[in-house]
Order: sequence, then structure tokens, then C-alpha cells
Amino acid sequence: MFRFLRDHGIIERNLILMGVLTLITVSIGGLVQIVPLFTIETTIERVEGVRPYTPLELAGRDIYVREGCYTCHSQMVRPFRDEAERYGPYSLAAESMFDHPFQWGSKRTGPDLARLGGKYSDDWHAAHLRSPRALVPESVMPPYAFLDRPLDTGSMKARLAAQKALGTPYTDEMVANAAADLEAQARPDAEGAGFAGRYARARQGSFDGNPAVVTEMDALVAYLQMLGTLVQFRDVTPEQVRQQ
Amino acid sequence: MPTKVEKDSITGRETTGHQWDGLKELNTPLPKWWLYVFYACIAFAIVWAIIYPSIPMTGARGLSGWTARGAIGPELEAERQSREPMLAKLRAATPAQIAADPAMRAYALAGGRIAFANNCAGCHGSGGQGAAGGFPSLADDDWLYGGSFEAIHGTIAHGVRNGADADARGIAMPRFLADGLLTAPQVNDVAEHLLGFTGRATDAAAAERGAAVFAENCASCHGEKGEGNREMGAPRLNDQVWLYGGDKASILRSVGYARAGVMPDWAGKLDPAIINMLTVYVHALGGGE
Repeated sequence: MFRFLRDHGIIERNLILMGVLTLITVSIGGLVQIVPLFTIETTIERVEGVRPYTPLELAGRDIYVREGCYTCHSQMVRPFRDEAERYGPYSLAAESMFDHPFQWGSKRTGPDLARLGGKYSDDWHAAHLRSPRALVPESVMPPYAFLDRPLDTGSMKARLAAQKALGTPYTDEMVANAAADLEAQARPDAEGAGFAGRYARARQGSFDGNPAVVTEMDALVAYLQMLGTLVQFRDVTPEQVRQQ
Repeated sequence: MPTKVEKDSITGRETTGHQWDGLKELNTPLPKWWLYVFYACIAFAIVWAIIYPSIPMTGARGLSGWTARGAIGPELEAERQSREPMLAKLRAATPAQIAADPAMRAYALAGGRIAFANNCAGCHGSGGQGAAGGFPSLADDDWLYGGSFEAIHGTIAHGVRNGADADARGIAMPRFLADGLLTAPQVNDVAEHLLGFTGRATDAAAAERGAAVFAENCASCHGEKGEGNREMGAPRLNDQVWLYGGDKASILRSVGYARAGVMPDWAGKLDPAIINMLTVYVHALGGGE
């Protein structure tokens, strides 16, 4: 019955046959993973409150990626009791739906950051990034004091446009106002007409304590302070966001 | 490739029939135990795939209907139920009552230690020792807003200048130099006067002039002798405990540009019982009044 299994010698001796059969096998694996995604409207549940990043937050996120923060910090509270007890409600897919690429990470040398926003003050973040061991003596995190340098804001419009091309629902208005919105969030006293209307629940402020210059520190702290704060978990239960 | 299966004279097994530079390969079958474990794994995988969610386009639920999300809800709920009797008592009692009751106190100190390590230690240090640059020590008896049970509870629940809680503590100190309320020499004078409180003034004349500036601008909050005011959260200035540094440069910066520490409002994030436990724990760190 299993006689044909012993004839694999035919495949091994025929390069073209082997190539064709390999292609077919790999294709089946790929199709099984990919095709189901086309048959459902979306793989991510829509959740109230999730919005695209503000330009300042997006700039901060780019710094987060540039500095490789994801190599030591995850952004994914997994649905386990110990994680929910320590970090708060487990992460929802929707919370990283505008991440290109996502920052879930796979290694925790430092703590998970998915629910970091609002846990510490802006001052703490700036001081801690400049010198982690000044605040947490047992920390092994490297210092990032060099982030106190002016932020490159010239490319903000292009960055938003790139995110839009990837599917993030930035409006033309958001893209056009990218640089102005960035200023408006980092300088509370700046003009910034319409910023609050474009980005719900975005906190404005001088994140690094120096309102005179918009620095990379401003951007990174603004990003860290909004992590995990968009969904109001007092109003949302898992049942409400379960996809039908 | 020439293929000639033959029997190996030493092992008695057949060769694969392949030959490389005179080397021949034995066609030794896999051990039976290995083969059967392998088949068992395949069978297990099929059963697993049917029971647990794995097959897309069928709702991906599996026979058991298990989901990670569905599993954690009851688990958290069961844990909450097991803690609830004690938490209910801790919620109903005041921190002072908890501290007076041995059973509740032991529970609150153990739980408070965990909650402190998770939520507070980042700023206030793992032992409540604080950190330079505006992160107050909670282990000493120098309090900005008071070290009684009520005061500690209020600070933890509502936080400081967080913009989220209407009852948050802290008022904004004027930026005397930045906003032009004082001139640079006046700021220098008042700094010398402050150093004089602890006998560290180096310029007696300036300290003398600074006394008048201090009385007019600072004393209403910090007290005439710099004894501080907990109603306002105005720190005591006539001791050696400094939140933002007690050297002259730091004092000049503090007077000229003000300082404003921020603390989150934990009432919005933690269970009232946890806040009571934290209150008892912080009170017991060494400075409780």
C-alpha cells in the first residue's frame, strides 16, 4: 500500500519534477495562511477610541524604532493572569492596527510598554531616558541623553503620506497640516488651529520640560505617554469588541 | 548514477545502492520506537487541530470553543472572587482602621508592597527612597502634603498636577525670573537668603537684601521662616532636604523657573482597596504620622 512512498527516488533524481512539487507544496502552505484573510472583511476588530498617531507621536515612534527599543521592550500584554495583574488589560489587536510595522516585540529585557501611558510623569520619562540609573538604580537600560537635540520635522508630511499609503486612515487635511500639528502638540501656546479636532484624546504639552525647542525627547515622550491610553477599558469589555 | 543494492558483509544490512568515490551508505531503517512516536505525534496534531481553534473559515473556534480571551476572563474573575472578602473589608475600612487591625494590616502591607513595586517604585524608588530631580522620598518624615493616613491617601488617589483629576494636589509656583516677577539680582539675593536658613550663605549683604524679597514673594506659601506649608504643598526650605537640589545653582533655577512635579491620579487606575493598602504601606515606610 505504501509502496509509492519508496519511489521518492524518482523525485530525487529528477530536478525539474522536484522543483515543481516543492513549489506546489510551499504554495499550499502559503494559500492556507493567506486566503482566509481575503474572505473576511477584516481580521481586526474595530475598537472605539483607536486613532492614527499624531505627527509628534509618529515621530516619537520612528525614534523608538530607530533606537531599537523593541529589542528589549515588548508592546503586548498577553491574555494571561500574571500579565493582566501587572500591566493591566491585555492588548487588543486594534491597539496596534496603525503600527507599520507593529512593535509587539518578542523579548523583555525591560518591562512591557503596551500600557505605559500615564503611569509616570513627563519629567520622569525625560529624566529616565537621559539617565535610567539615576531613577532606577538596578536598571540596565542605556542612557539616551542625546535625544535632547532638535527633532527633524521637515519630513513629517512625507511620513504621514507614507503611512497613508500603507492604509492608515490619515485624511488629506491631516497630511497637509502635519508640521503644524506637530508644533501644536509640542508647544501648548502655539497656534495649531484644529489639532484637537483632528486627533482625539491627544495631550498637548512640553514633554521634555523645555518648550523653546521641539526635540526628539519631546517626540519620544509624547509617544510613550499615549501608549495604551486610547481604549478606555472602563467602557469596553472583551464581549463588546468581539467580532461576529 | 549507478544503482546497485547489495548486502553489506559486516552489518548484514542492505546499502542504498549509491556510491560516492567508493563509499557506500547503509540503508538502515529508523528505530521502531522513533517511528511510532512520530506517527503518534501526527495523530495528536490532528486531534489537537480539531479540538482547539486552528482551522480558519470555520469560525476558528474548534470543538472545545476555547479562546485565550475566553479563558482569561473566568480565571481573573475566580482570582477576584477569592480575594474579594478581604478586599471588601479593606475597601470599607479607612487606612487608619486597617493599620490598627493586625489581620488587615498584614494583608495590606504584603499587597501594598507588590502594588508599590509595580506602580510607585519607578519614581519613588524600590524602597521609597526617592530620587534626585523631583522624586520625593517616602521613607522620611519630610512631607510635601502631609504624612497622615488621610494625607497620604489623598495624594495617592488624586495625584499631583496631572491635569486629569480635579482634586489633584499642587498649585503652580510662579516662575519669578522667567515671567519677570523678579530681576536676576533679586533672585540671587533670595537664593542667598534661602542658603542662610541653613547657615550656608556666602554673601551676607545679598542675604540681607533677599530677606525683604522673600517676605514679599515667598513667605505667603513657604512661611516666614521657610517652614513650608502642606496646604499648598510648599516645601520646607529651612532644612537640608531638597527635592530639586540644595546647591545654589539648583535654587536659582527653582526660584527663577519654578518646579512642578507631576503624579498620576491612581484612583482612576487602581481598586480603592489597593489604594488603601498602598496608603498603609507608604505610611509604614518610616515617615508615617
